[in-house]
Amino acid sequence: MAKLTLDDLRKLRDEKKKTLSRRSAEGKRAEVVIGMGTCGIAAGAKAVFDAFLDEMSKAGIEDVTIKQTGCMGLCFSEPTVEVLCDDMPHVVYGNVDDKTARRIVREHLAGKALVSDHIFDKPSTDIIKHR
Amino acid sequence: MAYKNYILVCAGTACESNKGKALYEALQKEIAAAGVEAEAQLVKTGCFGFCEQGPIVKILPDESFYVKVGPKDAHEIIAEHIVKGRKVERLLYKEDKPESDPRSSDISFYRKQLRIVLRNCAVINPEIIDEYIARDGYAALEKALFEMTPDEVVKEVTDSGLRGRGGAGFPTGRKWQFTKNTPADQKYIVCNADEGDPGAYMDRSVLEGDPHSVLEAMTIAGYTVGANCGFIYIRAEYPLAIERLNTAMAQARDYGLLGDKILGTDFSFDIEIRLGAGAFVCGEETALLASIEGNRGMPVPRPPFPAVKGLWGKPTVINNVETYANIPVILLKGSKWFSSIGTETSKGTKVFALTGKINNSGLIEVPMGTTLRDIIYDIGGGIAGGKEFKAAQTGGPSGGCITAAFLDTPIDYESLQSIGSMMGSGGMIVMDEDDCMIDVTKFYLEFTVDESCGKCAPCRIGGRTCYNILDRISKGQGVPEDLQKLKDIGHAMRKASLCGLGQTAPNPFMSTMKYFEEEYRAHIEDKKCPAGKCKQMLTYTIDPEKCVGCTACARRCPVSCISGEVKKLHVIDQSKCIKCGQCYAACKFDAVKKV
Repeated sequence: MAKLTLDDLRKLRDEKKKTLSRRSAEGKRAEVVIGMGTCGIAAGAKAVFDAFLDEMSKAGIEDVTIKQTGCMGLCFSEPTVEVLCDDMPHVVYGNVDDKTARRIVREHLAGKALVSDHIFDKPSTDIIKHR
Repeated sequence: MAYKNYILVCAGTACESNKGKALYEALQKEIAAAGVEAEAQLVKTGCFGFCEQGPIVKILPDESFYVKVGPKDAHEIIAEHIVKGRKVERLLYKEDKPESDPRSSDISFYRKQLRIVLRNCAVINPEIIDEYIARDGYAALEKALFEMTPDEVVKEVTDSGLRGRGGAGFPTGRKWQFTKNTPADQKYIVCNADEGDPGAYMDRSVLEGDPHSVLEAMTIAGYTVGANCGFIYIRAEYPLAIERLNTAMAQARDYGLLGDKILGTDFSFDIEIRLGAGAFVCGEETALLASIEGNRGMPVPRPPFPAVKGLWGKPTVINNVETYANIPVILLKGSKWFSSIGTETSKGTKVFALTGKINNSGLIEVPMGTTLRDIIYDIGGGIAGGKEFKAAQTGGPSGGCITAAFLDTPIDYESLQSIGSMMGSGGMIVMDEDDCMIDVTKFYLEFTVDESCGKCAPCRIGGRTCYNILDRISKGQGVPEDLQKLKDIGHAMRKASLCGLGQTAPNPFMSTMKYFEEEYRAHIEDKKCPAGKCKQMLTYTIDPEKCVGCTACARRCPVSCISGEVKKLHVIDQSKCIKCGQCYAACKFDAVKKV
C-alpha cells in the first residue's frame, strides 16, 4: 500500500463509511424487512434480498437497513417484504420478485411513492411495543 | 455484493479466555459449511463490556444480542439465524422485566452509559485499520495537521477540561503546554499502559478493541509539542493488546499515518513499544521513564516534572491510555461539546471495570457525575444473590471505600477525594455484607507492600509494619493501641514517601478505619469478625437441637475432628478444628453454627 495523501485518506474514509454503515441501524430513515421463513426462501426470498442489495447500491441509497425476519404468516403471498419508511405509511408487499424488489427501491425508497399494485396489507400491530 | 448480516464476536481477553477463540473458529467453519460466506461477515471486535455474560455475539443490522455463547452454539446461530432468519431465542439476552426487548441498544446495562473512550470497542474490527478510518479515524490527526496550529490544539485540549485518567487527574492541556513551551532538541511522547490495579482492565480493553485511537492521539500530541518519537509502555502480561498494537502500528505505517512525512506533510512521528515486567511501581511516571531508559523501575523526586525533564532528561508528555483515547473525539467534536459532559471540575466520561459482588460485572463508561447508585443498581444490576451492599472500593490499592451513605454522591475527582477515596484508574470492586473490611484492607496493603520498590523508608518500613498490625488484628491478636498506631504511621507515609505508591498506600486502611471503626473494634476488643471472614476468630459448633446425626459433616471434615455416631449428636473438637467451613457447607439441617 502506498502512503496516503490527505485526499487518499478522505476518499478511503468515505468509501469505508458506506461499507460500515450497512451494519448499523442508527441514523436510518427506513427499514426493509424480508420474510425469510422456509416458505419465503422457497418462494425466492433470497433472490429478492439480493435484488434489494444490488438495486440499492446502484441507486446509491445508504440510509436504509435491510433485515431478515422469520415467517410473517402470509405464506400464500411469499416472498413478503415489509417497508417501514419514516414519513410514509408502513406497508407489506406480497409476491415480491426480483423485478418488484427493484421497483420498490426506485419508486418507494427513492421516489417516495407506494408500489400500489403489490401492496398486500399494513403491518400487524406490534403488541410488545404497544403494551 | 454487500453482506446481509454481520456477526460481531467479542475477541477481548475476557471472552477469549472463555472459549471465545474456539467460538470464532466454529462460526467460521459453520459459515463455510452452510455456504453463506457471501451473505454473512464475521467480525472480530473488542470488548463489549458486558463480560459477565460473555462470550458475546451480536448480529447486525437487527441488533440481536446473544450471550454466553459457546462453540457448540455456532451451528444453531448460523443454521437458524443466518440461513433461515429465525433468532435463537434461548441465547438471546433477557432481562427480568416483562417489557424487555432483546435489542442490544435497549439493555439496561448499556442505557445509562455514554461511550466516548469505548466508542469503537465492539463496533469495529481492531485489526483492520479501514474500519477505524470509516469511524472518523485519523480525521482528528488530519484536522490537527492541516487546519490547526500546535497552540490551537493545546487550547482545544485545555478548554475541553480533560484531566488525566490514570488517577491523579492533572489537566492534560497544561501538561502538553509545559512540554511545548520547553525548548529542547528532542522531545518524547509516552503512553502509560502499565495498568496494575487488581481487578482493573480498562486500558487493556481500549488497546485490544481500538488501538488506533491511542496511536492517533499520540501522533497528535507529537505534532503539538514538537516530538517525533513515542513510546508505549505496556506490561508483558497483556499479550493480546501488544499483538493488536503491533498490527495497528504496521498498518498505520503502511498508510503513511505513522513514520516519515505523515500525509505528505513535513511532520514525522513514530512509536515503539516497551514491555514492562509488571511491576506496579512502574505505573508511577518517573519510575516508568526509568524503566524505559533501561534502569531499574524506581521513582525520582518531582519536580522537575517529566513534562519539562523526562525521558533521557528531555521534555516528555506522559499520559494514560484512556486519556489519549479521548483526544481524537475532542478535536473532532470540539472542546465545547466535551466540556458539556460531566461535572464542574471533571469533564467527559470515565471507564470503570466493575467487579466483585455484582450481577453484571464488566467494563462500563459513564459521564462524570453519575452516582454510585446508578452504576451499581442500574448498570450493574444490583448486588449478587440479593445481599446487602456494604461498600465499593475505587482507586485500587491507592484508593478507599465508598460506603452506602455516599451512594448518591456524583462521582468525580473531587467528590471521591473528599470522601476519602480516589478516582484512580477505574477499578471498582463492589463488596457485600459478607466481606470483612479488615480482610479486604489487608489484601490491598499486602499488594502495595509486595510492590513497593524499597527505595524510601516510609513506604518500605511503614507499609510492612502496618501490614503486620492488620494481620495481627485479623487473627484476634490486636490491641486497642493498634488503631492509633496505624493512623500515625499512615500519616507519616503520606507525608514522607517519595512517590504516589507510598503516599497512597495507607488509603485503604485510613478509609476503612474512618467508616468501619466498629468493625475494627469488634476484631480488637470482642475478638469477633462480624462478617465471619477472619478464620482465626471463628468457632464452628453443632446445635444439639438441630443435629440429626446424618454424619454428613463428619465425612467431609478433612482433619476428622467431628465425632458422633449415626443418628446421634455430633461434636466438633475445637483443638483440632482448622476452620475450613466444610461442615458448615455440608449440613443440610442448619445445625452447624458459625460464631
